[in-house]
This record gives sequence, C-alpha cells and structure tokens, in this order.
Amino acid sequence: MEKKELLGLYHQMVLIRRVEESAAELYQQGKIGGFLHLYIGQEAVSTGLIAARKPQDRVITAYRDHGVAINCGIPARQVVAELLGKSTGISKGKGGSMHMADVNRNFWGGHAIVGAHLPLAAGLALGDQYQKTDGVTICMFGDGASNIGFFHEALNLSKVWKLPVLWVCENNQYGMGTAIDRASAVSEIVQKACGYGMKADQENGMDVIAVHEKAHEMIERIRGGEGPMFLEYMTYRFRGHSMGDPERYRKSDEVKRWEKDDPIGIFNDHLVRNKISSEAGLNKIELEVEAEVADAVRFAEESPEPAAEELFTDIYAQGG
Amino acid sequence: MALITMREAISQALWEEMERDPKVFILGEEVGVWGGTYAVTKGFYDHFGPDRVKDTPISEAAIVGAAIGSAMTGLRPVAELMTINFAFVAMDHIVNEAAKLHYMFGGQFKLPLVIRTVGGGGRQLGATHSQVPDAIFAHFPGLKVVAPGTPADAKGLLKEAIRSDDPILFIEEATLYQVRGEVPDGDFTMPIGKSTIARAGKDATIVTYSKEVDNSMKAAEKLAQEGIEVEIVDLRSLRPLDMEPVIESFKKTNRAVIVEEGWMSYGVGSEVASRIYETAFDYVDAPVKRVAQKEVPLPYNRTLEQMALPQVEDIVNAVREVL
Repeated sequence: MEKKELLGLYHQMVLIRRVEESAAELYQQGKIGGFLHLYIGQEAVSTGLIAARKPQDRVITAYRDHGVAINCGIPARQVVAELLGKSTGISKGKGGSMHMADVNRNFWGGHAIVGAHLPLAAGLALGDQYQKTDGVTICMFGDGASNIGFFHEALNLSKVWKLPVLWVCENNQYGMGTAIDRASAVSEIVQKACGYGMKADQENGMDVIAVHEKAHEMIERIRGGEGPMFLEYMTYRFRGHSMGDPERYRKSDEVKRWEKDDPIGIFNDHLVRNKISSEAGLNKIELEVEAEVADAVRFAEESPEPAAEELFTDIYAQGG
Repeated sequence: MALITMREAISQALWEEMERDPKVFILGEEVGVWGGTYAVTKGFYDHFGPDRVKDTPISEAAIVGAAIGSAMTGLRPVAELMTINFAFVAMDHIVNEAAKLHYMFGGQFKLPLVIRTVGGGGRQLGATHSQVPDAIFAHFPGLKVVAPGTPADAKGLLKEAIRSDDPILFIEEATLYQVRGEVPDGDFTMPIGKSTIARAGKDATIVTYSKEVDNSMKAAEKLAQEGIEVEIVDLRSLRPLDMEPVIESFKKTNRAVIVEEGWMSYGVGSEVASRIYETAFDYVDAPVKRVAQKEVPLPYNRTLEQMALPQVEDIVNAVREVL
C-alpha cells in the first residue's frame, strides 16, 4: 500500500475510536437510548477488511456496526445523528445504534439478531451471481454467531450454490459474557468452516496490514470464481459487550494484556518505525479527527428530531 | 373465461410472471427436479432452467433469508415453503427481517419478495403438518398476508404480489388445489388489500377467507333453501385488512358470523368482531358469532380430525343463532 492509503487507514481507526468514545459519553449523558455496543479494540478488522473491497463489493454486519458504517464511507455526522435518533441519521433515526445501513455505499446493515444476517448475505451474493456481476459480498459476524443454526444454514447454502461471499468471523473471544470455550464446541471457529468444505484461514485481527492482505487475497480469489471462503480474525473488545456490562466474566489483567496489542498503537509504531510517518504527522491526523468528531457531535445535537409523520412512513414501499 | 383449478391458476401466475420479468425466480424445497411437492411448478425446471428454478436444501431459514437478501439487490424471488408449518423455523426471517428492513433503515431497502406457502387441515397429516397460523403472521406490520379462496383471486393476487415491492406471505390451502373456478383470460392482476362480496344477501353477513369461503358458500346454499339470504365477504388478505365491505354489509344485515379454519383464540374472528363492535356498534342486532377450529392440536384420526375442523353445518347453525 502507498503512504497515502496507509495514513488513510490510520485516520479511519482513530476516527472510529474517537466516535466510540464520544458515543460512550453521549450515552452516559442520556442522549443515546437503548443498547450501545462499542467497537473499541476491534478497529483494525473492519478497517483493513473494507479497504480491500472494490465499490461493487457488498458489506453486511451484525449489531456492533458503527465502525463498519464509518469504514463503508458513512460520514461520522450521520452515524452520530443516528445514535441520537435524529432525522439526519443514516436510518432517519428509526434504526438506532444497531441498524445503520447505506445502500448507496453498498453497506447492507447493521443486523441485531445474532446470525440472522448470514442467510441474507447468501442472498446478496446470489443477487450478484444471478445478475452475472463480479461483486463479492463480505459478511461479518462475531464468534457467538457460529453457534446458531443460521450460521450453518448460510455456510452450507453458500457452498452448495458456490456463492461469491467472504464469511468473516470477528473472534473477540466472548459472546456477550460467555467465553468461547464455554459456548463453542471448538475454540477456533475456522474449524467449523472446514466442515463445509470451503477454503478457510485465520489471521491476527489486531494488525491492520495483515488483516488487509489476507482479505484482499481472498476477495480476489472469490471474485475469480473460487466460491465462498471463510476468514477468522482474532481480536478483542476493550470495552464491555454493551454499556452497563459489569464484566464479571473476565479479569482486568486479561483486558490489560490485550490492550498492549492495541491495534492503533501497533499501527502507530509500524508507521513511525518504518518512517512512513513522523510522530508529528500522526498527531496531525489525530487532531483532524478530534475536529471531525466534534463537528459530528455538534451536527447531531443540533439536528431536528424526526417529524411526527415519520412514524407512519416507510412501513411499506407501496402503501397499505 | 376458462374453468381451471386453483393449482393451475397459481401455476399460470408464476409461469406468466417468469416469462414477463427475468428478475423473477423461484427457490424452495423440491420446486425444481421434483416439480413441486404439490406439483405447482411442474415443468418449470425444464423450461426455465436451474438458475431460475432453484432447488434448495431443507433449510427454511436459508431459503427465506437468501430470498430476502436477493430481493434487497433488486431480484424478485418467489420463495416456496413446502408448508406453513415449516415457516416457524424461518420465523425470524419472516417477522424480524422481511417485515422490518424497509422501515428500520429509513426506507432504503425494498423487498420485492413473495413467500408462497400452504396451510390447512383435513388431510390426516397430524398436528405438526395441519395448522392454520395465518393470524400470527398477520400480526406484524411491514408484512402483507394474502390468502385467496378462488382460482381467479389466486391468479390475480399472486401476479400482483410478484410485481409488488413489499414482502408478501401468500398462503394457499392444500384442499383447495383441486377446486375449479372461472378465471379471466389473458394478463390480469388484482389489488392486494381489498375485500370482496363473494355472495350478495340481506339477512346476515358471513366474513371469511381462503378455504372457508367455499364452505360458507355451501352453507349459504342450504340456508337459501329456507329463504335465508346471507351475504359473504371474502377478506382475501389479512394484512392489510379491508373492513369497508364488511362494515357496509353489516350495516345492512346487522348480524355477522366470522368463519376461519384456524383456532378461535386470538384469531381472525377476534379481530374482525372487535372492529365491527368498534365501528358499527349502533347497528348490532345480535352478538357476533365466530366459527373456528376446536382448540386442540389437530388429531390424525379422520373422525376426530373432522370433529375439530369447522364444518358446513357449524356455519349454518351459527347463522341461525344470529338471526
């Protein structure tokens, strides 16, 4: 990757981190309702992954979707506005934290029922196969999703129909508060994909460059007609499952150990060590991000609430 | 007009829409090589090929889920669930995805999706294969639920459903497949969400849909021999529910019987009766009666099964009670 692209990735990761930190504050101020699942710690996964897609490639993910939304190109303004339930939010304030999507940027949501979007991803890929276009569908989900039937039905169908889909497991070690070895028959999710006879691999999800390289290779092989593939990224979330998680299921030592592998810290070191950027250059990006997030929060706070008429719009495309 | 069976009417609707629009395709269990469990898609595989008549694994969540995903990309899938009893294993995709995606993402996604399925008892298939859970699906805003009672309606409504940009559950009734009726020639559609007067009368109103339209017509003929003229309103779709012809008829007859094949509790009859009381209370001359399935899991034994299902005689008696 060129310097400009690498610094672009750094910008994205820092932007996601700051948006999430602001979201936590806004939640504590009571300005965000419902559930809030932060992506802090996992930034490298969607950043490296989505940087490897072409415009025709579709992205779909689970409910921990703010970072994915930003990497798909949704401006921070519209992400934060959606968190605040404002009319300027990407889903007009009707979706909230877990339900962001932007069809114009080939981002197909934000889905909140664990595993349920995997069959949808098979259908998105079917859309490209049927129309004979060369798009690849990138479907992200957590390790917890690999224990539900939808996962198995979707992987099976994708292989039977040879669908152009990349299954991406973000293994952050916990499904809510249940550790993977207490919930899954195998601790390496990649083994489950092998059971469906598809090419499957594992990669360090804290190293954005490794994430990107592996994703790029697999996406292009799928585009070349090799059928569905599976990629498991080992990662970790530094915050709780959602806001208000007492985190009784893990020790603070464990979190501290993982925090040494902070994907932003690792990438920062890499960029400076290899003289791709100076410390000052990265600081400048961080300051730009601070301004971008401050602007997004201001925009969201000043945006109007949805009009009352919005309650009954978009129930159906054709009325009823 | 041609006299054809319900099965032929549905088959024709699918065939014509697939010929008309290359984005229409079928997916489901045994829809292709087998020709459809109820032979509705017989001959389709050979004519349209495996890309447009897609056999699936026995995997209902994947069938409905993939249909939704492909509809989001602009295709027009017609997913077949072999029976409505199997819709429960795809329930999440029907009610949590299909019914909600358009609204929840601010109208960004359209779902031009039809889920065809078959319900009904009376064929000794036992409790797990004989249910009529239509009202459950009609509970969810965002989904449309269509259930025709005649071949003409089946053809016109299915063609309209395939052309619609909304997710539609299209419920057929297995014992109606052999029923014949006059169907208009050529290309025609019928609007979804319009009830119709299936029989004109003045003494009492029967509100019904799907298979019970047929039973209600038989009951009406018997009552006519005694000089009692009932009016029959066929709902045709449960969501949207068009109450206008019901209320209009009720204001004339002041008496109503609601007939459904499913269980009475929390059912279609409960909904329709409530709406009659809410909007036409001043016209009520007798308590509204409901005819429905007995509240048991449907038994296998033929005699017991028929005891549980609504019979023509039950409808006749209910009408007599409201007069």
